[in-house]
Amino acid sequence: MINTHLDVLEAEAIYIMREVAAECEKPVMLYSIGKDSSVMLHLALKAFYPEKPPFPFLHIDTKWKFREMISFRDRIAKEKGIEMLAYTNKEGLRQGINPFDHGSAYTDIMKTQALKQALTLYGFTAAFGGGRRDEEKSRAKERIFSFRNREQAWEPKNQRPEMWKQYNTQIQKGESIRVFPLSNWTEKDIWQYIARENIEIVPLYFARERPVVYRDGNIIMVDDDRMKLFPGEKIVTKRIRFRTLGCYPLTGGVESDADTLEKIVEETLGAVTSERTSRVIDHEAAGSMERRKREGYF
Amino acid sequence: MGGLLKFITCGSVDDGKSTLIGHMLYDAKLIFADQERALELDSRMGSREGEIDYSLLLDGLMAEREQGITIDVAYRYFTTENRSFIVADTPGHEQYTRNMAVGASFADLAVILIDASKGILTQTRRHARICALMGIRYFVFAVNKMDLVHYSQDIFQGLEKEILKLAVDLKLGCVSVMPVSATEGDNVTLKSSHMQWYQGKTLLQYLENVDVECENSASGFVLPVQRVCRPNHTFRGFQGQVESGAVRPGDEVLALPGREKAAVKSILVAGREAGQAQKGQAVTVSLDREIDISRGCVLTKDVELSVGRMFMATMLWMDDVPLTQGKNFLLKIGTKMVPASVMNIKYSMDIHTGDHLAATKLYKNEIGVCDIAAVEEVVFDTFQNHNGVGCFILIDRMTNMTSACGVVEHSLRRSENIVWQKLDITREIRAGKMGQSPVTLWFTGLSGSGKSALANEVEKRLSAGGRYTMLLDGDNVRLGLNKNLGFKAEDRIENIRRIAEVAKLMNDAGLIVLTAFISPFADDRRRAREIIGEGSFVEIYVSTPLQECERRDVKGLYKKARDGKLPNFTGISSPYEAPESPDITVDTSRLSLEASADHIIKELEKYL
Repeated sequence: MINTHLDVLEAEAIYIMREVAAECEKPVMLYSIGKDSSVMLHLALKAFYPEKPPFPFLHIDTKWKFREMISFRDRIAKEKGIEMLAYTNKEGLRQGINPFDHGSAYTDIMKTQALKQALTLYGFTAAFGGGRRDEEKSRAKERIFSFRNREQAWEPKNQRPEMWKQYNTQIQKGESIRVFPLSNWTEKDIWQYIARENIEIVPLYFARERPVVYRDGNIIMVDDDRMKLFPGEKIVTKRIRFRTLGCYPLTGGVESDADTLEKIVEETLGAVTSERTSRVIDHEAAGSMERRKREGYF
Repeated sequence: MGGLLKFITCGSVDDGKSTLIGHMLYDAKLIFADQERALELDSRMGSREGEIDYSLLLDGLMAEREQGITIDVAYRYFTTENRSFIVADTPGHEQYTRNMAVGASFADLAVILIDASKGILTQTRRHARICALMGIRYFVFAVNKMDLVHYSQDIFQGLEKEILKLAVDLKLGCVSVMPVSATEGDNVTLKSSHMQWYQGKTLLQYLENVDVECENSASGFVLPVQRVCRPNHTFRGFQGQVESGAVRPGDEVLALPGREKAAVKSILVAGREAGQAQKGQAVTVSLDREIDISRGCVLTKDVELSVGRMFMATMLWMDDVPLTQGKNFLLKIGTKMVPASVMNIKYSMDIHTGDHLAATKLYKNEIGVCDIAAVEEVVFDTFQNHNGVGCFILIDRMTNMTSACGVVEHSLRRSENIVWQKLDITREIRAGKMGQSPVTLWFTGLSGSGKSALANEVEKRLSAGGRYTMLLDGDNVRLGLNKNLGFKAEDRIENIRRIAEVAKLMNDAGLIVLTAFISPFADDRRRAREIIGEGSFVEIYVSTPLQECERRDVKGLYKKARDGKLPNFTGISSPYEAPESPDITVDTSRLSLEASADHIIKELEKYL
């Protein structure tokens, strides 16, 4: 019996999770509620079964997530019996930082800074992330165990060599590690695995009629009445789905009829646009992801 | 051939690695549309104006794009109808050898590019050697830039001959050679119309069909234990990834290093009940009885692994700081992490010719053969037999850097432990175990200048910083070793000589020594420096002025001396010869004790 390529990827991810649980002092799994997080959670449950994952999950809540995401998060945490921490940058919230008026400052304050605050607050020494190397060029060169200095920044020129499966988890006080068990997965692998394992994901991934506006080439869903409309914009109902989930005003949907996993996989196999295109922040400048990561964005 | 193929591309700078993979992705229409758009955009800013520069697909980091080189491993993912692939694109420059080794450790197969117009370069040999060292058994030599040599069959065949000779020299395993042009696309995914004389497969065809699932030369079930899973009192499972072989419920397994036996009760594969666990799977195994097993142990069946403290290994040194014999590290082998020392560097290897060179140090990017001794027994095998328990890394205990990676050549048993016998345990080895440079901090100054208090404070800080220290002062020397000495001139010289000899012995033992004696005469201090050794002697002049020392007069000695009751008292009735060029000077009348100690600790950085 030959292990399929999904078997190989699954075993690799589980190995990585077990290494972290065994060697790192205080790990946490970042949970974004997206499909990659659903896969991560599923893998963590498998890796430690019959034990529960020996670490909590952390969601950085900007308060601008799709409402369906939050209800999904709460229900899943309860059903799976895992510890789910939610953290919001209270100061940013108090200042009314929002995606409409503050542009890239919003991402920095409500996501990057919030994440840093949460990691410091709980004293986590290792944080699992769902990042994949196929998503973006600078990620293609990041190690599976990626070190963050005391400022929680990534130093791309100073990466530790990573040999075979001999992961070096040693850190100095104040430093931390980001660990990417899905490094070697592609978007297609994720979808195929979700289908194979029958993993539950947020319904927003499936095509349905939703209220949207067209803005700068993106299709933005109107999730609540905080949505600001620009002159000339009209809310229309379209059959759309999301390939990636985040803050609703910053997440572009795609017109689609794929309302089942099979149809999504089929659509993805023939995908002509890679998934991060529908994340608005990546378009700001070439190399923007690398710059943001040096500053501590996941 | 289905499944997943992990391969690496390497070759010399400008051999066209990134272009080759970029072209393969492009040709096979494997690029997503917006990445393709980004590529065209980038290209306009890049060097080949207007033309598509395929290498931009891979050279991701900004620093790299600015320098136009590939400094780190880039991973790319693609799937054809027949197979899934992961490509590690690795840097060619010699100073990034370790990054290349990262890619090689990950891969099952290497595609090594050779510029047809330049032939086999020394770097080609280096890359092939490193790939082989890291465990790659399948090699494709892609003779690139055939367009630049007019697709000449003669040139290709000449190179092919050389390559096959190289393969024999390096014992490369399975080798294929093919002529390609990465920029033009010949034999990349499509058969070249320019080289009708070539009958073999295109690169992509080859990669889609090659079977790299060769078994290790030794089989048997091997499961290094990552962690013990015990959710409640009734269940105790051992979790890890099966490195080789298979096991079924009911099979008897041997747990190493304890050598206790038990039968497999149940198996979970990725969290699900299963009738068998096999190579590559992430499993949880429970046994029919309680035996002593923890992380780092290995469950085995029908296989003989080594259990021991010592082995000989081939290593790639990756740290900026060179390896010295005797240095202490954390060794991570299998799932076990233990302190260990590099006892002996047997030789380094000329990375191009393979010649053995005498060496006492290993420098960054050098390969060497060493003897390694762990502080406790570890379970391992040769890399050849079981790569999962035959490869290791060494972690620097102070910087946490992954300083070396290596593979086990063979175990060193006590009986055949000739190497250990031959090796003298030197000062370097002892100091290496303590992870420090042994020096003597020689405090000199007037009575009451603050030498002892300062030496004490400095020792506390060194000790808190993980250093191993010893303080010699009047209390522990005068009353013991030197209690037969008085205050005559010859006794005074003998006193300092003994202190210096003791300091030297303690330095040889690896310790950092602090001495706090007035030592007023320059000649005495010069002799002490000679005994202890120029490089190990740090003269610290506590220059607190006489006036202040006399004002403090903690022990009332100055008063006695002034009253004529203490003959030969330094500063009053006997001279103090201040050092002419001390290594460090502090004046405790101007700085507090804490600030003085701060200053010394800061100055000491360059000695420790």
